Amino acid sequence: MAANLSYLVASGLFIIGLKQLSSPVTARRGNTLAAVGMFLAVVVTLLDQEIVSFGTILVGVVIGSAVGAAAAHWVKMTAMPQMVAVFNGFGGGASALIAWVEFTRLAEGSPGVSAAIAVAVVLSLLIGAVTLSGSFVAFGKLQEWLPTAPVRYPLQHPLNLLIFLGLLAFAVYLIGGAAGMGNLMAITGLSLLLGVLLVLPIGGADMPIVVSLLNSYSGLAGAAAGFVVGSNILIIAGALVGASGIILTHIMCRAMNRSLANVVFGGFGTGTKGEDVPGATGTVREASAEEAAIVLGYARSVIFVPGYGLAVSQAQHQLRELADLLERRGAKVRYAIHPVAGRMPGHMNVLLAEANVSYDKLCDLEEINPEFSRTEVAVVVGSNDVVNPSARDVPDSPIYGMPILNVDQADHVLVLKRSLKPGFSGADNPLFHKDKTMLLFGDAQDSLTKLGQEVKAL
Amino acid sequence: MTEIPVFGLYIFVLAMFAGFEVITKVPPTLHTPLMSGSNAISGISIIGALLIAGQADGTLQTALGLLAVILATINVVGGFLVTDRMLRMFKRKS
Repeated sequence: MAANLSYLVASGLFIIGLKQLSSPVTARRGNTLAAVGMFLAVVVTLLDQEIVSFGTILVGVVIGSAVGAAAAHWVKMTAMPQMVAVFNGFGGGASALIAWVEFTRLAEGSPGVSAAIAVAVVLSLLIGAVTLSGSFVAFGKLQEWLPTAPVRYPLQHPLNLLIFLGLLAFAVYLIGGAAGMGNLMAITGLSLLLGVLLVLPIGGADMPIVVSLLNSYSGLAGAAAGFVVGSNILIIAGALVGASGIILTHIMCRAMNRSLANVVFGGFGTGTKGEDVPGATGTVREASAEEAAIVLGYARSVIFVPGYGLAVSQAQHQLRELADLLERRGAKVRYAIHPVAGRMPGHMNVLLAEANVSYDKLCDLEEINPEFSRTEVAVVVGSNDVVNPSARDVPDSPIYGMPILNVDQADHVLVLKRSLKPGFSGADNPLFHKDKTMLLFGDAQDSLTKLGQEVKAL
Repeated sequence: MTEIPVFGLYIFVLAMFAGFEVITKVPPTLHTPLMSGSNAISGISIIGALLIAGQADGTLQTALGLLAVILATINVVGGFLVTDRMLRMFKRKS
Protein backbone atom coordinates (compact mmCIF):
# COMPACT_ATOMS: atom_id res chain seq x y z
CA MET A 1 0.00 0.00 0.00
CA ALA A 2 2.65 2.51 1.07
CA ALA A 3 4.72 1.45 -1.92
CA ASN A 4 1.88 1.97 -4.37
CA LEU A 5 1.13 5.41 -2.92
CA SER A 6 4.78 6.35 -3.28
CA TYR A 7 4.73 5.24 -6.92
CA LEU A 8 1.65 7.42 -7.41
CA VAL A 9 3.52 10.40 -5.98
CA ALA A 10 6.48 9.63 -8.25
CA SER A 11 4.18 9.50 -11.29
CA GLY A 12 2.72 12.87 -10.33
CA LEU A 13 6.24 14.31 -10.01
CA PHE A 14 7.09 13.05 -13.52
CA ILE A 15 4.03 14.74 -15.01
CA ILE A 16 4.60 18.05 -13.20
CA GLY A 17 8.31 17.85 -14.00
CA LEU A 18 7.68 17.39 -17.72
CA LYS A 19 5.19 20.25 -17.69
CA GLN A 20 7.66 22.58 -15.99
CA LEU A 21 10.46 21.53 -18.33
CA SER A 22 8.60 23.23 -21.16
CA SER A 23 8.98 26.78 -19.81
CA PRO A 24 12.36 28.56 -19.40
CA VAL A 25 11.48 29.96 -15.97
CA THR A 26 10.57 26.65 -14.35
CA ALA A 27 12.63 24.19 -16.42
CA ARG A 28 15.36 23.59 -13.89
CA ARG A 29 12.88 22.97 -11.09
CA GLY A 30 10.94 20.60 -13.36
CA ASN A 31 14.03 18.52 -14.00
CA THR A 32 14.76 18.36 -10.27
CA LEU A 33 11.18 17.30 -9.49
CA ALA A 34 11.37 14.48 -12.03
CA ALA A 35 14.71 13.39 -10.54
CA VAL A 36 13.17 13.38 -7.04
CA GLY A 37 10.33 11.24 -8.40
CA MET A 38 12.83 8.79 -9.84
CA PHE A 39 14.80 8.64 -6.58
CA LEU A 40 11.60 8.00 -4.62
CA ALA A 41 10.58 5.19 -6.98
CA VAL A 42 14.02 3.55 -6.67
CA VAL A 43 14.06 3.73 -2.86
CA VAL A 44 10.54 2.34 -2.56
CA THR A 45 11.37 -0.52 -4.91
CA LEU A 46 14.44 -1.44 -2.88
CA LEU A 47 12.57 -1.31 0.44
CA ASP A 48 9.35 -2.97 -0.44
CA GLN A 49 9.61 -5.41 -3.30
CA GLU A 50 10.48 -9.05 -3.17
CA ILE A 51 14.15 -8.35 -3.70
CA VAL A 52 16.36 -11.02 -2.21
CA SER A 53 19.89 -10.10 -3.16
CA PHE A 54 21.26 -6.59 -2.93
CA GLY A 55 24.84 -7.35 -3.94
CA THR A 56 24.28 -7.25 -7.69
CA ILE A 57 22.12 -4.14 -7.37
CA LEU A 58 24.69 -2.27 -5.30
CA VAL A 59 27.48 -3.03 -7.78
CA GLY A 60 25.28 -2.04 -10.73
CA VAL A 61 24.05 1.19 -9.20
CA VAL A 62 27.54 2.27 -8.14
CA ILE A 63 29.06 1.58 -11.57
CA GLY A 64 26.09 3.12 -13.41
CA SER A 65 26.06 6.26 -11.23
CA ALA A 66 29.80 6.79 -11.59
CA VAL A 67 29.73 6.40 -15.37
CA GLY A 68 26.57 8.50 -15.75
CA ALA A 69 27.80 11.31 -13.49
CA ALA A 70 31.24 11.40 -15.12
CA ALA A 71 29.74 11.49 -18.61
CA ALA A 72 27.30 14.23 -17.64
CA HIS A 73 30.08 16.27 -16.06
CA TRP A 74 32.72 15.99 -18.76
CA VAL A 75 30.71 15.95 -21.97
CA LYS A 76 31.20 19.03 -24.11
CA MET A 77 28.05 21.01 -24.77
CA THR A 78 28.70 20.61 -28.50
CA ALA A 79 28.49 16.84 -28.09
CA MET A 80 25.09 16.95 -26.35
CA PRO A 81 23.09 15.28 -29.16
CA GLN A 82 25.42 12.24 -29.15
CA MET A 83 25.23 12.04 -25.37
CA VAL A 84 21.44 12.01 -25.37
CA ALA A 85 21.53 9.33 -28.08
CA VAL A 86 23.79 7.08 -26.01
CA PHE A 87 21.83 7.49 -22.76
CA ASN A 88 18.70 6.74 -24.69
CA GLY A 89 20.16 3.59 -26.19
CA PHE A 90 21.10 2.38 -22.72
CA GLY A 91 17.53 2.87 -21.48
CA GLY A 92 16.21 0.82 -24.40
CA GLY A 93 18.84 -1.86 -23.81
CA ALA A 94 17.84 -2.12 -20.15
CA SER A 95 14.19 -2.71 -21.12
CA ALA A 96 15.17 -5.48 -23.54
CA LEU A 97 17.31 -7.16 -20.85
CA ILE A 98 14.46 -6.95 -18.32
CA ALA A 99 12.13 -8.76 -20.71
CA TRP A 100 14.74 -11.41 -21.45
CA VAL A 101 15.56 -12.20 -17.83
CA GLU A 102 11.96 -12.11 -16.62
CA PHE A 103 10.91 -14.42 -19.45
CA THR A 104 13.54 -17.03 -18.64
CA ARG A 105 12.65 -16.78 -14.93
CA LEU A 106 8.92 -17.26 -15.55
CA ALA A 107 9.53 -20.04 -18.10
CA GLU A 108 11.49 -22.04 -15.51
CA GLY A 109 8.75 -21.85 -12.87
CA SER A 110 5.10 -22.78 -12.94
CA PRO A 111 2.59 -21.88 -14.32
CA GLY A 112 4.95 -20.67 -17.07
CA VAL A 113 4.47 -17.63 -19.23
CA SER A 114 1.00 -16.43 -20.15
CA ALA A 115 0.30 -15.29 -23.73
CA ALA A 116 -0.29 -11.71 -22.55
CA ILE A 117 3.10 -11.59 -20.84
CA ALA A 118 4.72 -13.16 -23.91
CA VAL A 119 3.33 -10.35 -26.08
CA ALA A 120 4.80 -7.80 -23.68
CA VAL A 121 8.14 -9.66 -23.74
CA VAL A 122 8.25 -9.55 -27.54
CA LEU A 123 7.41 -5.83 -27.59
CA SER A 124 10.06 -4.97 -24.97
CA LEU A 125 12.70 -6.98 -26.81
CA LEU A 126 11.78 -5.54 -30.19
CA ILE A 127 11.42 -1.87 -29.22
CA GLY A 128 14.25 -1.98 -26.67
CA ALA A 129 16.74 -3.58 -29.08
CA VAL A 130 15.79 -1.28 -31.98
CA THR A 131 16.28 1.69 -29.64
CA LEU A 132 19.66 0.37 -28.51
CA SER A 133 21.20 -0.30 -31.92
CA GLY A 134 19.44 2.63 -33.63
CA SER A 135 20.71 5.05 -30.97
CA PHE A 136 24.25 3.80 -31.40
CA VAL A 137 24.10 4.31 -35.16
CA ALA A 138 22.74 7.82 -34.51
CA PHE A 139 25.61 8.38 -32.07
CA GLY A 140 28.12 7.21 -34.70
CA LYS A 141 26.73 9.61 -37.25
CA LEU A 142 26.62 12.58 -34.87
CA GLN A 143 30.16 11.82 -33.71
CA GLU A 144 31.14 11.42 -37.39
CA TRP A 145 32.53 7.94 -36.82
CA LEU A 146 30.01 6.75 -39.38
CA PRO A 147 29.31 8.52 -42.69
CA THR A 148 26.86 11.35 -42.03
CA ALA A 149 25.44 11.09 -45.55
CA PRO A 150 22.51 8.70 -45.97
CA VAL A 151 23.85 5.16 -46.49
CA ARG A 152 21.88 3.35 -49.17
CA TYR A 153 21.90 -0.39 -49.65
CA PRO A 154 20.23 -2.53 -52.29
CA LEU A 155 16.64 -3.66 -51.73
CA GLN A 156 16.40 -1.46 -48.65
CA HIS A 157 12.65 -1.54 -48.13
CA PRO A 158 12.08 -5.22 -49.14
CA LEU A 159 14.93 -6.26 -46.83
CA ASN A 160 13.47 -4.39 -43.85
CA LEU A 161 10.06 -5.87 -44.58
CA LEU A 162 11.58 -9.35 -44.69
CA ILE A 163 13.27 -8.84 -41.33
CA PHE A 164 10.02 -7.58 -39.89
CA LEU A 165 8.13 -10.63 -41.17
CA GLY A 166 10.83 -12.87 -39.70
CA LEU A 167 10.39 -11.10 -36.37
CA LEU A 168 6.67 -11.62 -36.56
CA ALA A 169 7.11 -15.36 -37.17
CA PHE A 170 9.43 -15.78 -34.18
CA ALA A 171 7.06 -13.67 -32.08
CA VAL A 172 4.07 -15.88 -32.92
CA TYR A 173 6.19 -18.89 -32.05
CA LEU A 174 7.13 -17.40 -28.70
CA ILE A 175 3.60 -16.30 -27.85
CA GLY A 176 2.30 -19.71 -28.85
CA GLY A 177 4.40 -21.16 -26.06
CA ALA A 178 6.95 -22.96 -28.22
CA ALA A 179 9.75 -20.90 -26.85
CA GLY A 180 13.35 -21.53 -26.16
CA MET A 181 16.55 -19.59 -25.77
CA GLY A 182 17.10 -19.66 -29.53
CA ASN A 183 13.79 -17.91 -30.06
CA LEU A 184 14.69 -15.05 -27.70
CA MET A 185 18.06 -14.71 -29.37
CA ALA A 186 16.52 -14.61 -32.85
CA ILE A 187 14.08 -11.86 -31.88
CA THR A 188 16.77 -9.81 -30.17
CA GLY A 189 19.27 -10.28 -33.00
CA LEU A 190 16.79 -9.37 -35.74
CA SER A 191 15.61 -6.33 -33.76
CA LEU A 192 19.19 -5.09 -33.31
CA LEU A 193 19.75 -5.51 -37.05
CA LEU A 194 16.52 -3.69 -37.84
CA GLY A 195 17.59 -0.73 -35.66
CA VAL A 196 20.86 -0.42 -37.60
CA LEU A 197 19.23 -0.77 -41.02
CA LEU A 198 16.51 1.75 -40.23
CA VAL A 199 18.85 4.51 -39.05
CA LEU A 200 21.77 4.05 -41.51
CA PRO A 201 19.89 5.48 -44.52
CA ILE A 202 19.01 8.67 -42.64
CA GLY A 203 21.28 11.70 -43.10
CA GLY A 204 23.27 13.34 -40.31
CA ALA A 205 21.17 16.50 -40.33
CA ASP A 206 18.07 14.48 -39.50
CA MET A 207 19.68 12.65 -36.56
CA PRO A 208 18.06 14.94 -33.96
CA ILE A 209 14.63 13.87 -35.20
CA VAL A 210 15.75 10.24 -35.09
CA VAL A 211 17.09 10.61 -31.54
CA SER A 212 13.83 12.24 -30.49
CA LEU A 213 11.82 9.42 -32.06
CA LEU A 214 14.06 6.78 -30.45
CA ASN A 215 13.55 8.57 -27.14
CA SER A 216 9.84 8.04 -27.58
CA TYR A 217 10.53 4.36 -28.37
CA SER A 218 12.64 3.92 -25.24
CA GLY A 219 9.64 5.15 -23.25
CA LEU A 220 7.38 2.64 -24.97
CA ALA A 221 9.94 -0.14 -24.40
CA GLY A 222 9.91 0.80 -20.70
CA ALA A 223 6.12 0.62 -20.63
CA ALA A 224 6.19 -2.82 -22.29
CA ALA A 225 8.76 -3.95 -19.71
CA GLY A 226 6.31 -2.66 -17.09
CA PHE A 227 3.73 -5.15 -18.36
CA VAL A 228 6.35 -7.91 -18.21
CA VAL A 229 7.33 -7.35 -14.58
CA GLY A 230 3.88 -6.07 -13.55
CA SER A 231 4.97 -2.60 -12.50
CA ASN A 232 2.55 0.30 -12.93
CA ILE A 233 5.17 3.00 -12.49
CA LEU A 234 7.04 1.64 -15.52
CA ILE A 235 3.85 1.67 -17.55
CA ILE A 236 3.01 5.24 -16.52
CA ALA A 237 6.43 6.82 -16.97
CA GLY A 238 7.06 4.82 -20.15
CA ALA A 239 3.77 5.92 -21.69
CA LEU A 240 4.40 9.55 -20.65
CA VAL A 241 7.77 9.64 -22.38
CA GLY A 242 6.43 7.64 -25.33
CA ALA A 243 3.67 10.17 -25.91
CA SER A 244 5.62 13.34 -25.15
CA GLY A 245 8.44 12.05 -27.35
CA ILE A 246 6.04 11.73 -30.28
CA ILE A 247 4.89 15.34 -29.74
CA LEU A 248 8.49 16.56 -29.43
CA THR A 249 9.43 14.68 -32.61
CA HIS A 250 6.53 16.34 -34.39
CA ILE A 251 7.59 19.81 -33.15
CA MET A 252 11.15 19.19 -34.38
CA CYS A 253 9.96 17.97 -37.78
CA ARG A 254 7.93 21.15 -38.11
CA ALA A 255 10.93 23.31 -37.20
CA MET A 256 12.94 21.59 -39.93
CA ASN A 257 10.02 21.70 -42.37
CA ARG A 258 10.09 17.92 -42.80
CA SER A 259 7.46 15.26 -42.40
CA LEU A 260 8.30 12.25 -40.27
CA ALA A 261 7.64 9.87 -43.15
CA ASN A 262 10.03 11.91 -45.28
CA VAL A 263 12.75 11.65 -42.62
CA VAL A 264 12.35 7.90 -42.14
CA PHE A 265 11.90 6.86 -45.76
CA GLY A 266 13.24 9.94 -47.56
CA GLY A 267 16.94 9.93 -48.33
CA PHE A 268 17.04 13.70 -48.22
CA GLY A 269 20.47 15.30 -48.32
CA THR A 270 22.12 13.05 -50.85
CA GLY A 271 23.54 16.17 -52.49
CA THR A 272 22.48 15.50 -56.07
CA LYS A 273 19.84 18.14 -56.62
CA GLY A 274 21.97 21.13 -55.68
CA GLU A 275 24.03 21.19 -58.86
CA ASP A 276 20.97 21.88 -60.97
CA VAL A 277 20.02 25.14 -59.27
CA PRO A 278 20.38 27.78 -61.99
CA GLY A 279 22.34 30.94 -61.34
CA ALA A 280 23.84 29.57 -58.19
CA THR A 281 27.29 29.18 -59.61
CA GLY A 282 29.27 32.35 -59.86
CA THR A 283 32.14 34.17 -58.37
CA VAL A 284 32.54 34.73 -54.68
CA ARG A 285 34.29 37.62 -53.00
CA GLU A 286 36.92 36.26 -50.65
CA ALA A 287 38.05 38.63 -47.93
CA SER A 288 41.03 38.69 -45.62
CA ALA A 289 40.50 38.96 -41.87
CA GLU A 290 41.78 42.53 -42.05
CA GLU A 291 39.25 43.63 -44.69
CA ALA A 292 36.44 41.89 -42.84
CA ALA A 293 37.46 43.54 -39.56
CA ILE A 294 37.23 47.01 -41.13
CA VAL A 295 33.63 46.42 -42.21
CA LEU A 296 32.76 44.86 -38.88
CA GLY A 297 34.66 47.26 -36.61
CA TYR A 298 32.88 50.40 -37.80
CA ALA A 299 29.37 48.93 -38.00
CA ARG A 300 26.73 50.40 -35.71
CA SER A 301 24.57 47.29 -35.80
CA VAL A 302 25.63 43.66 -36.13
CA ILE A 303 23.64 40.45 -36.13
CA PHE A 304 25.48 37.17 -35.69
CA VAL A 305 23.97 34.06 -37.24
CA PRO A 306 25.66 31.08 -35.58
CA GLY A 307 25.17 27.60 -37.03
CA TYR A 308 26.43 24.07 -37.29
CA GLY A 309 30.00 25.18 -38.18
CA LEU A 310 30.24 27.11 -34.93
CA ALA A 311 29.11 24.07 -32.97
CA VAL A 312 31.62 21.79 -34.70
CA SER A 313 34.48 24.22 -34.15
CA GLN A 314 33.33 24.92 -30.56
CA ALA A 315 33.82 28.61 -31.27
CA GLN A 316 31.04 29.94 -29.03
CA HIS A 317 33.51 31.59 -26.62
CA GLN A 318 35.46 33.31 -29.43
CA LEU A 319 32.16 34.52 -30.87
CA ARG A 320 31.13 36.07 -27.56
CA GLU A 321 34.56 37.74 -27.18
CA LEU A 322 34.27 39.30 -30.64
CA ALA A 323 30.72 40.44 -29.82
CA ASP A 324 31.96 42.04 -26.58
CA LEU A 325 34.66 43.92 -28.52
CA LEU A 326 32.12 45.25 -30.99
CA GLU A 327 29.79 46.29 -28.19
CA ARG A 328 32.59 48.21 -26.53
CA ARG A 329 33.08 50.02 -29.84
CA GLY A 330 29.44 51.05 -29.67
CA ALA A 331 27.72 48.55 -31.92
CA LYS A 332 24.36 47.01 -31.15
CA VAL A 333 24.94 43.26 -31.24
CA ARG A 334 22.32 40.54 -31.41
CA TYR A 335 22.23 36.85 -32.25
CA ALA A 336 19.75 35.35 -34.68
CA ILE A 337 18.94 31.78 -33.77
CA HIS A 338 17.23 29.61 -36.36
CA PRO A 339 15.02 26.95 -34.74
CA VAL A 340 17.29 24.18 -36.02
CA ALA A 341 20.66 25.95 -35.74
CA GLY A 342 23.44 23.78 -34.36
CA ARG A 343 23.30 20.03 -34.25
CA MET A 344 19.80 19.70 -32.84
CA PRO A 345 16.85 22.03 -32.23
CA GLY A 346 17.64 24.38 -29.37
CA HIS A 347 21.29 23.34 -29.34
CA MET A 348 22.65 26.80 -30.23
CA ASN A 349 20.86 28.33 -27.26
CA VAL A 350 22.64 25.87 -24.99
CA LEU A 351 26.05 26.61 -26.56
CA LEU A 352 25.67 30.41 -26.32
CA ALA A 353 24.36 30.11 -22.79
CA GLU A 354 27.54 28.18 -22.02
CA ALA A 355 29.58 31.10 -23.40
CA ASN A 356 27.71 33.44 -21.04
CA VAL A 357 25.57 35.19 -23.62
CA SER A 358 22.48 36.66 -22.00
CA TYR A 359 19.40 34.90 -23.36
CA ASP A 360 17.60 38.16 -24.10
CA LYS A 361 20.15 38.84 -26.86
CA LEU A 362 19.23 35.57 -28.56
CA CYS A 363 16.46 36.36 -31.01
CA ASP A 364 14.28 33.80 -32.71
CA LEU A 365 13.34 33.82 -36.35
CA GLU A 366 10.11 35.86 -36.21
CA GLU A 367 11.68 38.43 -33.91
CA ILE A 368 14.87 39.05 -35.89
CA ASN A 369 13.80 38.75 -39.52
CA PRO A 370 12.34 42.28 -39.81
CA GLU A 371 15.58 43.64 -38.29
CA PHE A 372 18.00 42.49 -41.02
CA SER A 373 16.99 45.27 -43.44
CA ARG A 374 17.93 47.77 -40.72
CA THR A 375 21.27 46.16 -39.94
CA GLU A 376 24.68 47.09 -41.29
CA VAL A 377 26.48 43.77 -41.03
CA ALA A 378 25.12 40.26 -40.72
CA VAL A 379 27.82 37.76 -39.78
CA VAL A 380 27.07 34.16 -40.72
CA VAL A 381 29.21 31.78 -38.69
CA GLY A 382 29.03 28.26 -40.10
CA SER A 383 25.39 28.35 -41.20
CA ASN A 384 24.31 27.47 -44.69
CA ASP A 385 20.86 26.10 -45.45
CA VAL A 386 19.14 28.28 -42.84
CA VAL A 387 20.34 31.47 -44.60
CA ASN A 388 19.80 30.21 -48.16
CA PRO A 389 17.49 32.64 -49.98
CA SER A 390 16.51 29.84 -52.41
CA ALA A 391 14.29 28.46 -49.68
CA ARG A 392 12.27 31.67 -50.01
CA ASP A 393 12.68 32.52 -53.72
CA VAL A 394 13.27 29.37 -55.80
CA PRO A 395 10.30 26.96 -55.86
CA ASP A 396 12.47 24.22 -57.45
CA SER A 397 14.97 24.22 -54.64
CA PRO A 398 15.06 21.09 -52.46
CA ILE A 399 14.73 23.30 -49.40
CA TYR A 400 11.97 25.55 -50.78
CA GLY A 401 9.51 26.44 -48.04
CA MET A 402 11.89 26.01 -45.13
CA PRO A 403 11.77 29.11 -42.92
CA ILE A 404 15.05 31.03 -43.27
CA LEU A 405 16.79 34.01 -41.71
CA ASN A 406 16.69 36.93 -44.17
CA VAL A 407 20.40 37.61 -43.91
CA ASP A 408 20.57 38.83 -47.52
CA GLN A 409 18.61 41.96 -46.54
CA ALA A 410 21.43 43.38 -44.40
CA ASP A 411 23.71 46.06 -45.92
CA HIS A 412 26.74 43.76 -45.76
CA VAL A 413 27.00 40.05 -45.23
CA LEU A 414 30.13 38.45 -43.84
CA VAL A 415 30.23 34.67 -44.13
CA LEU A 416 32.66 32.61 -42.05
CA LYS A 417 32.93 29.18 -43.59
CA ARG A 418 35.33 26.30 -43.96
CA SER A 419 34.72 25.78 -47.68
CA LEU A 420 32.11 26.34 -50.37
CA LYS A 421 30.74 22.86 -49.77
CA PRO A 422 26.93 22.81 -49.88
CA GLY A 423 24.96 22.38 -46.66
CA PHE A 424 23.20 19.20 -45.56
CA SER A 425 20.41 19.72 -48.07
CA GLY A 426 22.95 19.62 -50.90
CA ALA A 427 21.58 22.90 -52.29
CA ASP A 428 24.01 25.57 -53.44
CA ASN A 429 23.59 28.91 -51.74
CA PRO A 430 23.18 32.03 -53.94
CA LEU A 431 23.82 34.21 -50.87
CA PHE A 432 27.53 33.44 -51.19
CA HIS A 433 27.63 34.85 -54.71
CA LYS A 434 26.00 38.20 -53.99
CA ASP A 435 27.99 41.43 -54.38
CA LYS A 436 27.35 42.46 -50.79
CA THR A 437 28.69 39.17 -49.44
CA MET A 438 32.27 38.67 -48.27
CA LEU A 439 33.59 35.22 -47.47
CA LEU A 440 36.25 34.52 -44.91
CA PHE A 441 37.38 30.92 -45.28
CA GLY A 442 38.68 28.88 -42.37
CA ASP A 443 37.72 27.13 -39.18
CA ALA A 444 35.22 29.25 -37.24
CA GLN A 445 37.38 29.37 -34.12
CA ASP A 446 40.47 30.56 -36.04
CA SER A 447 38.52 33.08 -38.11
CA LEU A 448 36.77 34.59 -35.10
CA THR A 449 40.05 34.84 -33.18
CA LYS A 450 41.75 36.57 -36.13
CA LEU A 451 38.80 38.93 -36.56
CA GLY A 452 39.03 39.83 -32.88
CA GLN A 453 42.74 40.64 -33.18
CA GLU A 454 42.15 42.75 -36.29
CA VAL A 455 39.26 44.66 -34.72
CA LYS A 456 41.45 45.41 -31.68
CA ALA A 457 44.16 46.73 -34.02
CA LEU A 458 41.80 49.20 -35.74
CA MET B 1 -2.46 -17.03 -15.76
CA THR B 2 -4.09 -16.36 -19.13
CA GLU B 3 -5.98 -13.21 -18.25
CA ILE B 4 -5.11 -10.06 -20.14
CA PRO B 5 -3.71 -7.25 -17.96
CA VAL B 6 -6.60 -4.86 -18.67
CA PHE B 7 -5.83 -2.70 -15.66
CA GLY B 8 -2.33 -2.09 -17.01
CA LEU B 9 -3.75 -1.14 -20.40
CA TYR B 10 -6.07 1.42 -18.76
CA ILE B 11 -3.08 2.98 -17.06
CA PHE B 12 -1.04 2.91 -20.25
CA VAL B 13 -3.68 4.63 -22.38
CA LEU B 14 -4.46 7.32 -19.77
CA ALA B 15 -0.75 8.04 -19.25
CA MET B 16 -0.32 8.38 -23.02
CA PHE B 17 -3.04 11.03 -23.04
CA ALA B 18 -1.34 12.83 -20.16
CA GLY B 19 1.95 12.70 -22.12
CA PHE B 20 0.32 14.20 -25.21
CA GLU B 21 -1.16 17.02 -23.14
CA VAL B 22 1.82 18.13 -21.03
CA ILE B 23 4.09 19.01 -23.93
CA THR B 24 2.25 21.43 -26.12
CA LYS B 25 3.87 24.81 -26.57
CA VAL B 26 7.58 24.41 -26.04
CA PRO B 27 9.84 27.32 -27.04
CA PRO B 28 12.68 26.20 -29.36
CA THR B 29 15.17 27.38 -26.71
CA LEU B 30 14.24 24.40 -24.58
CA HIS B 31 14.10 21.63 -27.17
CA THR B 32 17.50 20.20 -26.27
CA PRO B 33 17.06 20.19 -22.46
CA LEU B 34 13.50 18.89 -22.77
CA MET B 35 14.63 16.00 -24.91
CA SER B 36 17.41 15.19 -22.50
CA GLY B 37 15.07 15.51 -19.47
CA SER B 38 12.37 13.26 -20.90
CA ASN B 39 15.12 10.83 -21.86
CA ALA B 40 16.13 10.68 -18.20
CA ILE B 41 12.53 9.89 -17.24
CA SER B 42 12.51 7.02 -19.74
CA GLY B 43 15.28 5.58 -17.56
CA ILE B 44 12.36 4.41 -15.40
CA SER B 45 13.34 0.95 -16.66
CA ILE B 46 15.74 1.12 -13.70
CA ILE B 47 12.83 -0.08 -11.54
CA GLY B 48 12.40 -3.19 -13.70
CA ALA B 49 16.15 -3.68 -13.71
CA LEU B 50 16.25 -3.58 -9.88
CA LEU B 51 13.45 -6.14 -9.72
CA ILE B 52 15.10 -8.65 -12.04
CA ALA B 53 18.58 -8.16 -10.55
CA GLY B 54 17.19 -8.60 -7.03
CA GLN B 55 15.46 -11.87 -7.90
CA ALA B 56 18.06 -13.25 -10.30
CA ASP B 57 18.77 -16.96 -10.12
CA GLY B 58 21.92 -18.36 -11.70
CA THR B 59 24.93 -16.78 -13.35
CA LEU B 60 23.31 -15.75 -16.63
CA GLN B 61 20.33 -14.03 -15.00
CA THR B 62 22.62 -12.28 -12.53
CA ALA B 63 24.96 -11.09 -15.27
CA LEU B 64 22.13 -9.80 -17.46
CA GLY B 65 20.42 -8.24 -14.42
CA LEU B 66 23.64 -6.48 -13.48
CA LEU B 67 24.02 -5.17 -17.01
CA ALA B 68 20.42 -3.93 -17.00
CA VAL B 69 20.97 -2.06 -13.71
CA ILE B 70 24.18 -0.47 -15.00
CA LEU B 71 22.62 0.67 -18.29
CA ALA B 72 19.45 2.03 -16.67
CA THR B 73 21.41 3.82 -13.93
CA ILE B 74 23.64 5.51 -16.49
CA ASN B 75 20.50 6.64 -18.31
CA VAL B 76 18.89 8.04 -15.16
CA VAL B 77 21.87 9.60 -13.38
CA GLY B 78 23.58 10.89 -16.51
CA GLY B 79 20.31 12.14 -17.98
CA PHE B 80 19.16 14.20 -15.02
CA LEU B 81 22.63 15.60 -14.28
CA VAL B 82 23.36 16.66 -17.83
CA THR B 83 19.94 18.29 -18.16
CA ASP B 84 20.56 20.22 -14.96
CA ARG B 85 23.99 21.25 -16.23
CA MET B 86 22.40 22.69 -19.36
CA LEU B 87 19.56 24.45 -17.60
CA ARG B 88 21.91 25.98 -15.03
CA MET B 89 23.52 27.96 -17.86
CA PHE B 90 20.31 29.59 -19.03
CA LYS B 91 20.50 32.98 -17.43
CA ARG B 92 19.51 36.50 -18.23
CA LYS B 93 22.47 38.83 -17.72
CA SER B 94 22.08 42.56 -17.54
